[in-house]
Amino acid sequence: MLAAQGGVTDPLMKMTATQWQLQTKEANLVKRVCDGDREAFYELVCPYERLIYATAISVVKNPADAEEAAQEAVLKAFSNLPGFRGESKFSTWLVQITYNEAKMKVRKAHSHLYESIDDQQENQKGDFWPKDYADWRPIPSELLEQKETREAVHNAINSLSTVYREVLILRDVQRLTIKEATVILGISAANVKTRLHRARLLLRDKLAPGIDGCWIKGQPYRKVRPW
Amino acid sequence: MVKKEGRMVTIEISCVEVWREISNYLDEEISPEMRERMEAHFKACAHCTAVLDGTRNVVGLVGDGRVFQMPEGFSKRLRKKLQKLP
Repeated sequence: MLAAQGGVTDPLMKMTATQWQLQTKEANLVKRVCDGDREAFYELVCPYERLIYATAISVVKNPADAEEAAQEAVLKAFSNLPGFRGESKFSTWLVQITYNEAKMKVRKAHSHLYESIDDQQENQKGDFWPKDYADWRPIPSELLEQKETREAVHNAINSLSTVYREVLILRDVQRLTIKEATVILGISAANVKTRLHRARLLLRDKLAPGIDGCWIKGQPYRKVRPW
Repeated sequence: MVKKEGRMVTIEISCVEVWREISNYLDEEISPEMRERMEAHFKACAHCTAVLDGTRNVVGLVGDGRVFQMPEGFSKRLRKKLQKLP
């Protein structure tokens, strides 16, 4: 920690030297944009394109809608940039806008087609009982080179309820901290942990019998799995 | 660990308690005492070890950058939109 080394201290969070450099760089870019340098805005958002796209798709599922929501969020961030005070990281602020934009898109345009986010207060109490106890050996990384494998993982993620999918994507895909997830989702840290726990175990149950999604009863698991 | 009959022993934990904490265990969001209890349980319980390994695999799978690929041309289209801003 830089603070511990007698460097810069931050009132909100302890930062590493790299994080501090990033925040300083972003603060300069924000200033340049506010002073009229539009190119600086693209430089500011460019490293987070994947982050915002993944956030949008965690809510809307459909790639085309996700792209639209992500891009609208970027335009909104541009208009609202003078109001960005640096109280959170720029990326968290941008993801929060994207998340709200995607939710709004679901509510406004396709409310009849999508699951209702507000109604998804699933019973998160009680214990989760795993379905599968089979030995699951480490998955070779090369397997993800196969389109079918990526699709199987995608489909399994998409089959989760929004409340689980969004927390899983924020934490495990985008690797945001629990604190960042609480800010973006507007829920407590305890809720983030509970939802993430359920999301991971649900996904495990969905993927455990075979990466292709088949659940072949009565067959040994290792015969079902392609590795 | 608690002291029992003059020696330190790890308090046993049930499978249900282990499942409840598996995600926090992977995120290192549990107390050292709970970690110790869970690790003692994993050594003796093949089912819970399978659940742990599977959950760890899932975290690795979804966290792989190849799972969520951006649509082709996303950056180009975004840049174009930004250039069109009044």
